[in-house]
Amino acid sequence: MNQVTFPVRIPVGHWAEIAITWLTDNFESAFDGVSKAVNLLLVNIDHFFNWVPWPIMIAVISGIGWLLAGKRTAIFTAISLFLLGSFNLWPEGMSTLALVTTSVFISVVLGLPLGILAAKNNKFDLFLRPILDGMQTIPSFVYLIPAIMLFGIGNVPGVMATVVFSLPPMVRLTNLGIRQVDAEVVEAGMAFGSTPWQLLMKIQLPLALPAIMTGVNQTVMMALSMVVVAAMIGAGGLGYKILYSIQRVNLAVGVEAGLGILFIAMVLDRILQGITKHQEKAIFKEQ
Amino acid sequence: MKEDGTLFPSSSRLAEINSMENQDTKPKIECKGLWKIFGPNPTKIVNDWDDYKDLSKTELVKKTSCVVGVRNINLSVRTGEIFVIMGLSGSGKSTLLRCINLLHKPTAGSVVIDGEDITKLSTASLRNLRRQKIGMVFQHFALLPHRRVIDNVAYGLEVRGIDKNKRYEKAREMLELVGLQGWERQFPHELSGGMQQRVGLARALATNPEILLMDEAFSALDPLIRRQMQDEFIRLLKVVNKTIVFVTHDLHEALRIATKIAIMRAGVVEQIGTPAEIVLNPKTTYVAEFVKDLPKAKFVTAGDIMEPAEKWTMPVNSTVDQIINKMDIEGLWYAYVVDEHQRIKGVIDYRNLSNGNGKLREDMIEGSYPSKSQQTFLEELIKMAAKTSIPIAITDDSNRLVGVVTRERLLSTLSS
Ligand SMILES: Nc1ncnc2c1ncn2[C@@H]1O[C@H](COP(=O)(O)OP(=O)(O)OP(=O)(O)O)[C@@H](O)[C@H]1O
Ligand SMILES: [Mg+2]
Repeated sequence: MNQVTFPVRIPVGHWAEIAITWLTDNFESAFDGVSKAVNLLLVNIDHFFNWVPWPIMIAVISGIGWLLAGKRTAIFTAISLFLLGSFNLWPEGMSTLALVTTSVFISVVLGLPLGILAAKNNKFDLFLRPILDGMQTIPSFVYLIPAIMLFGIGNVPGVMATVVFSLPPMVRLTNLGIRQVDAEVVEAGMAFGSTPWQLLMKIQLPLALPAIMTGVNQTVMMALSMVVVAAMIGAGGLGYKILYSIQRVNLAVGVEAGLGILFIAMVLDRILQGITKHQEKAIFKEQ
Repeated sequence: MKEDGTLFPSSSRLAEINSMENQDTKPKIECKGLWKIFGPNPTKIVNDWDDYKDLSKTELVKKTSCVVGVRNINLSVRTGEIFVIMGLSGSGKSTLLRCINLLHKPTAGSVVIDGEDITKLSTASLRNLRRQKIGMVFQHFALLPHRRVIDNVAYGLEVRGIDKNKRYEKAREMLELVGLQGWERQFPHELSGGMQQRVGLARALATNPEILLMDEAFSALDPLIRRQMQDEFIRLLKVVNKTIVFVTHDLHEALRIATKIAIMRAGVVEQIGTPAEIVLNPKTTYVAEFVKDLPKAKFVTAGDIMEPAEKWTMPVNSTVDQIINKMDIEGLWYAYVVDEHQRIKGVIDYRNLSNGNGKLREDMIEGSYPSKSQQTFLEELIKMAAKTSIPIAITDDSNRLVGVVTRERLLSTLSS
């Protein structure tokens, strides 16, 4: 192979190393705190999901599906979850659900205010845009390394990497949803003397809700797509099963765990879409 | 009879009205040198307007990416007035209206409400002003689609922090006023366009604002309700002394409800005046073209064209000779006899008077005569004038003679 020489060598990688090292050195306690909080949340949700007896869990999730998306979704949910259990993957499934729930929860808590801010401030929007693009296009493996450096091995860096990947749609769709609200309706709110907070809570967020729910849905799907990657740095659940099956070239386990993830994804998608439709109906009851 | 021949209302009478109004009421809303340019770097356009003034709208957009919303507007609206902004689509009516409550921030100039330049207000004071003083009806209704009708109407009260029972009570009252009782629980899209517009009206009225900004507020109503709204609703507002700025592109609507009209064209005000002034004395060819085919009889009132009362007035205690003398000088066939309070006692016919130094006798005074109020449209006067040759007495509420309209005056007005 030819040795190509460039006049300069820009050591970006080295700088990144320095930056991350500097962060870990100087903000260790902060990252520790975040790590503990996230872990606490995840562990509790995980314990809870695994503590609830499976028939009750299936009944509850199907019930929610019924309420929000109708009978067909409820039946679909019950069958899917039952199949998951029948593959002998119930605990792993619940762990994955806990991982996804935690990541999505954090993404929503961070993404909603960021989206609102971006909608209200064009400069912030412009600043945020390339960062969000980066978060989604840089292969997720790349930020596993800093995640490990900052949060160690285990579930927490897995959640963090998942949040990084699944946060952008939440921010984007919140931003878009608020910007899409009819300008004259917003003006009406202002003409009657709403404070910015009143405008947000009484007009903009309610009208942006369908878009925001679409954002949540996408965030959930992104999070699910990350479970295998997260397993590489120590997260458990179905992702770990798949990783295991790859390492052992065990097709049977791989297929079952893969189907398990698919079931969870389809159930969550159906239910969330149901909510979105429900919201749209409540707001624009045309049909 | 003396032929006058000049166009009415006479300038002296207008001056009189103006000075009267000046004394009575201070301006409620004033726009001074108001500009609104949309686009990047709008102040440059204002400052260097001379460089741009010859460009057409499209040329201006091409060159600067800017659009002129309104340009150098000066106007003043008095308390209790219904000030109508009239013009074709795109002439800047809505833009001007939105500048008044600063939904559009003016590029230059000021908006003064009750003597205060509101472009200088803090955000909080501006919010208060909007909450307390100004209500707005939007051209495309701008109802909140996710809220029931009653919560739409109560919105202004809600953001003020009024508790639920009170604001619902008020909202119900307003819905009744616009004829929508029983629709409280519906969502806006379940209502017809006209009904939605009335919800918008009720919403603007609910906070009981001193100023109402109404953008084509009746445009979606069917003709019957529209007429009813124009007549009843506007009259109601006049009584409670609200100041209204009303945007329309319908000249007939403007003439029907306005106390003052501003005619706009391409972002500038072409003429401001009373409906009669606009119809009778258009200042520019554009305005003239606008009002050309108008049936004046429908929009000009007796008060706009009547002759001053003095010429026709005879005190009841005059001698017959005095009366004959005055009627000869003025060239009158008829005159009105009034008491010491200017109240009409009757009309006298020159031909029934016989020379003599005696007092006016009862039998010389005819008790029946044609009379109308100042607000009567010429249409009505014409009908009356066809039946009698006696000049029509224009009277106020206590039957005092304030002016006279002759057939000649009517004809000269209508034929001009
Ligand atoms: N937000 C805006 N941004 C850019 N240009 C605008 C904006 N609002 C209005 N304009 C422009 O300003 C001009 C005046 O518009 P405006 O809405 O005031 O007209 P209008 O007289 O109310 O017309 P209509 O009868 O159709 O409602 C138009 O040329 C319009 O394109
Ligand atoms: Mg308009």
